[in-house]
Amino acid sequence: MAEFGSLKVKTGLAEMLKGGVIMDVTTPEQAIIAEEAGACAVMALERVPSDIRAEGGVARMADPTIIQSIMEVVSIPVMAKARIGHFVEAQILESLGVDYIDESEVLTPADDAFHINKHDFKVPFVCGCRNLGEALRRIGEGAAMIRTKGEPGTGNVVEAVRHMRTVMSDMRALSVMPKEELMTAAKTMGAPYELVLYVAEHGKLPVVNFAAGGIATPADAALMMQLGVDGIFVGSGIFKSDNPKARAKAIVMATTHYNDAKILAEVSKDLGQPMTGIEISTLTDAQRMQDRGW
Amino acid sequence: MKKRVGVLALQGAFREHRQVLKQLGCDVVEVRKTSDLEGIHGLIIPGGESTAIGKQLQINDLGEKIKELGAKDLPIFGTCAGMILLSKTIIDSDQYRLNLMDTTVERNAFGRQIASFETDLQVPAMGTHPLRAVFIRAPYLREVAPNVGILAEFEGKIVFARQGNLLASAFHPELTPDHRVHQYFLGMIDEHWVK
Repeated sequence: MAEFGSLKVKTGLAEMLKGGVIMDVTTPEQAIIAEEAGACAVMALERVPSDIRAEGGVARMADPTIIQSIMEVVSIPVMAKARIGHFVEAQILESLGVDYIDESEVLTPADDAFHINKHDFKVPFVCGCRNLGEALRRIGEGAAMIRTKGEPGTGNVVEAVRHMRTVMSDMRALSVMPKEELMTAAKTMGAPYELVLYVAEHGKLPVVNFAAGGIATPADAALMMQLGVDGIFVGSGIFKSDNPKARAKAIVMATTHYNDAKILAEVSKDLGQPMTGIEISTLTDAQRMQDRGW
Repeated sequence: MKKRVGVLALQGAFREHRQVLKQLGCDVVEVRKTSDLEGIHGLIIPGGESTAIGKQLQINDLGEKIKELGAKDLPIFGTCAGMILLSKTIIDSDQYRLNLMDTTVERNAFGRQIASFETDLQVPAMGTHPLRAVFIRAPYLREVAPNVGILAEFEGKIVFARQGNLLASAFHPELTPDHRVHQYFLGMIDEHWVK
């Protein structure tokens, strides 16, 4: 008897994506470029985060036609984004057969207090986090994969670094904490106690953790890998740069050979201009996507 | 003999294979370039995306070197994406492959992620107790040459096979605590290096 949609099967796909790069794409042509460059999956979108940022308005799930046209042309997994709390968008994406749903702060939240109960679905979910408590709340709700939020659409890696360092330092703190302190730690960070116990015992998250939000260069990708993430999401960083093909390939190479500075130097050459970045301090509170999520 | 086993670490679930091999007492080498292949007694090609892994195998002749070693009887075990890369024929795809096993493989043959599953699999070569097998966007072997031994089928589909020094599974033995498949592969390494 085959058992579908189990936690093992959901987290298993994330395990297979490790050491790879997941690229945002808005057209079938871009999806083919991503696959050709060696992406391990693509995220099908209507607009990349930097355009969402520039154009403003409410950002929603992409038109199913766009998602399906991308699913038709590539053999690698296709992910798609649903708004935070918008479980009907998630139901629609599941019915389309997407391989992963990103309940994402890049889109405008549909619920200002609650996330989707991801246990209700057979399709796995990935969610963003800024710290361990947020990661464990999402896993408690059924997320089978986590990513740092960073600050999407900025081409500025500083927030992704801060979020990854925060998650790592939160985990280190738990791993040396005496058992009697763990319940209060769970209360303070707003995380399920059972998952706090898991992290205290194993020193790591129970699911795969990727970096996202601001990665624009091969060096950015390798930096996040050396900080301990399992793989890389690149949103606007590829198709908002001068030479998407070359940059996509270079970021894939940098993610595999993240510890080899010679290879990193080689793949960083002659890529043209990266996307124009945004200094985080120039963003207003309303423009900060990372603060979305509860 | 302390076995030195390489795990191809270009992309995918190489860490899980490394952990299992360590638990079974092996030295493990993560293989990212040709020099990492020196002195290994066997090689595991992990699950991941076969196109992503294939792209990087073409850089600096890493794939060609692995092909050579496989043709010279180095034990190689491919799981999922590894099964695809080992096969000579991949249905509807001209992607890079190692071209070592006389098998015809179909990618994502059970369907997309929503069709991924786990099940109890009977593998007579591993004893009577079934193996918990996790299939993720898994391939299976549509056809195999007579020189390929079938180790397990699921609903009539070939999901585990061996051809001499080459072993291929459509499922992920590195994701479950039962290590019989890895032990079987280490047995193949023993056979090869003792004879």
